Amino acid sequence: MANRASSDRPATVALIGNPNTGKSSLFNALCGGQARVGNYPGVTVEHKTARMSLACSTFKSIELVDLPGTYSLSARSADEAVSVEVLCGEMPTVAKPDAVIVILDATNLERNLYLLSQVLELQIPTLVALNMWDRLEKEGMKLDAQKLSESLGVRVVCTSASKRFGIAEVQSALLEILEQAPGSEKANSTDSRGVLERGALASASFPKAFLESVDELEAWFGAQGCPLERFQIERLLIDDSQAHSYRVIPKRISSEVAQRIATTREHLATQGVSIPLFETRARYGWIKQRVVGVVERQARERRVSTSDRIDRWLTHRWLGLLFFIALMFLIFQSITAFASWPMDGIGFGTQWVGQRVEAMMAPGPLRSLLVDGIIAGVGAVLVFLPQIAILFFFIAVLEDCGYMSRAAFMMDKFMSALGMSGKSFLPLMSSFACAIPGIMATRTIENRRDRMVTMLIAPLMSCSARWPVYVLMVSAFVPKQAVLGGWVSVQGAVLFAMMCVGALVAIPVAWLLKRFVFPGEPSTFIMELSSYKWPSFRVVAMRVWERVLSFIARAGSLIFVTSVLVWAAAYFPGDHSLVDQATAKLEAEQADPNADEAKTQAWTSEINQLKSDLISKSYLGLAGQWIEPIVRPLGWDGKIGVAVLASFPAREVIVATLGTIYSLGGGQDETSQGLAENLRSATWPDGRPVYTLATACSIMVFFALCAQCVSTLVTIRRETNSWRWPIFSFVYMTTLAYLGAWIVYNLMSFWLDP
Amino acid sequence: MVSITLNDLQEGQHGTILDVEGNDAIAARLLEMGLIPGEVVEMIGQAPMGDPVEFSVVGYRLSLRRIEARRVRIERT
Repeated sequence: MANRASSDRPATVALIGNPNTGKSSLFNALCGGQARVGNYPGVTVEHKTARMSLACSTFKSIELVDLPGTYSLSARSADEAVSVEVLCGEMPTVAKPDAVIVILDATNLERNLYLLSQVLELQIPTLVALNMWDRLEKEGMKLDAQKLSESLGVRVVCTSASKRFGIAEVQSALLEILEQAPGSEKANSTDSRGVLERGALASASFPKAFLESVDELEAWFGAQGCPLERFQIERLLIDDSQAHSYRVIPKRISSEVAQRIATTREHLATQGVSIPLFETRARYGWIKQRVVGVVERQARERRVSTSDRIDRWLTHRWLGLLFFIALMFLIFQSITAFASWPMDGIGFGTQWVGQRVEAMMAPGPLRSLLVDGIIAGVGAVLVFLPQIAILFFFIAVLEDCGYMSRAAFMMDKFMSALGMSGKSFLPLMSSFACAIPGIMATRTIENRRDRMVTMLIAPLMSCSARWPVYVLMVSAFVPKQAVLGGWVSVQGAVLFAMMCVGALVAIPVAWLLKRFVFPGEPSTFIMELSSYKWPSFRVVAMRVWERVLSFIARAGSLIFVTSVLVWAAAYFPGDHSLVDQATAKLEAEQADPNADEAKTQAWTSEINQLKSDLISKSYLGLAGQWIEPIVRPLGWDGKIGVAVLASFPAREVIVATLGTIYSLGGGQDETSQGLAENLRSATWPDGRPVYTLATACSIMVFFALCAQCVSTLVTIRRETNSWRWPIFSFVYMTTLAYLGAWIVYNLMSFWLDP
Repeated sequence: MVSITLNDLQEGQHGTILDVEGNDAIAARLLEMGLIPGEVVEMIGQAPMGDPVEFSVVGYRLSLRRIEARRVRIERT
């Protein structure tokens, strides 16, 4: 590797640091917002890279890789394991880093140095960015950067990334390090590259027995043809065994590796080496030596900082909770209220484009594919963007200013009683507007089990797309009465009950998931509460932009494909020539300024009749007839079956589909009197009305619990990197919905009509 | 001196860490976060429902659930 010709390849530089150290700001400042975001193969850890606009004499270009924010390189969590793999050059998609930038929070040096002490073990040229330099003084601290650099033996640059201070210095220091990397012509001694001698590392003070065991294992791995870095062998010995799945360890020796690790641990235990405690002790011992005379803190007493003063109010027993509830209410209102304008705009735009296309083309399958399949499909994707953007704007602001960790802190007791953690609250709350941004927001939950449970129950929260269904059913079938002395309207009470059904069902579901699907050690709430600060506009804008972009790019394409498939199922195999002819005549009639009102109405109702016949003869319609015996116990007829089936891609579609089926045209909305009237007059062959209060409630409960949203399922697939979880969600929610609807129908039929 | 844990500290009280019980991943994480023997910890406050608890340690604020705080043995200072 030392003689690898380097000038014709890009350099890889890794950026690593604790959470809340301003890593994103530094990344953006170094790369000017050109990041490519994706996932590392096989894990749900985000992968962010960007090309630096920096000319380097020894490399073609410089690629900066942003590693997940982490406190340590122990391979216990997925984030940490990925970081170790990238730094050791074992991640298939990332070249081994030629240099690493470690960002440290200057106001919290000791704990931040822990990660640095581990990164140094890997002996990659290292540069330290001492960030938050501007805040030292406010915190009443003094720090001698020169002295720190000398005692650490690596170059230290002072920065304030959010204010773009020190960026040029980081760039020039990085260039100097890269230009004397081994393999380049200028390579000389090791002094200023930021690579420490073994003896200067924290691991030099590990117990002797441990170091000898590492030597042995290192030789053994070498003999097996799979040389591992010393640091990786240390991690295998120190950390809990499940998490490290280093790709380089071949399957053939994996069981022997496990065996060797176990015996070595036993041997070390007899030698009095207490795993894992000795490592943290040795590292903090090393840190204590390095910071002697470097940091000067005012007195031993804790100063009451502004941040503490704010905290006294924001986590106050009553005021804190009140503020939190008010804030959640504001966010929820904003998502539903502010998003409705751009959403209407997008809806209107989609319609407008559809109408343009309709005006240009004669009716036929191609026009139907374009208008009902592609344009409607793209519109269905775009319509979620305002909600996603607004929610992520709030999340980014709250995260960046430091309130997010307080919100989790306050809600933790409540949420842990339900088997989750405080960090699950906001994603679930926002799922009441729309599950898609909610599921994307679970990224803020580090614990994998908590995150999975939150993600899997989020679609049960009553999202805004369920609203039209509830409104239609309630306005048509729930009596307009007031009870309790006229204070409570029955319609309102039923609507409210429907909003709550999903959330209530989610409680036992979360418990069951935690108990049987994700068993394991209890989650922890060991979390830093970072100081409050003003959010940085750049960081907020970047986060929102990244989320919006990744939604369009990844989820968008799949949602689009599914919409087209569903369109095809509803369109084929019927013969659409009659509808097309009738539509052409209608459009010609409408283009005439003296159009005959009665004539156009007659045409419209004929088209709707034809369409309704076609849909019942399509693959979707056939499936509806096939499922009639299945939906009978829920009090539904085949027409409802078809409508529900057609609404699996997106639940709000049912209103329009019912409209089509009951021959009223597609343009029905939930408040149309005509549709409600038609539903009330629909009968079974024997003359009994199809829709009773029991049927209406059974439909509503079904919609409350069912996973009728392809976009949500695709988002779960994207976030978990596996089809397993969307399939799981779909199956469990549909089963729940069926059971729930069945129970409600039977209970209510018994009650109202014994 | 009777040994107590971080969980026993009241708001504004200090303690010096003696050790962290156990040798599992949680113990390791507590140590990594700076709860190492000899450090002075102050209890800052608790969440509205009494749990978790906020501490000041090695110059930053750390939140722990009471069950986690119970694993950190300290002596009052």
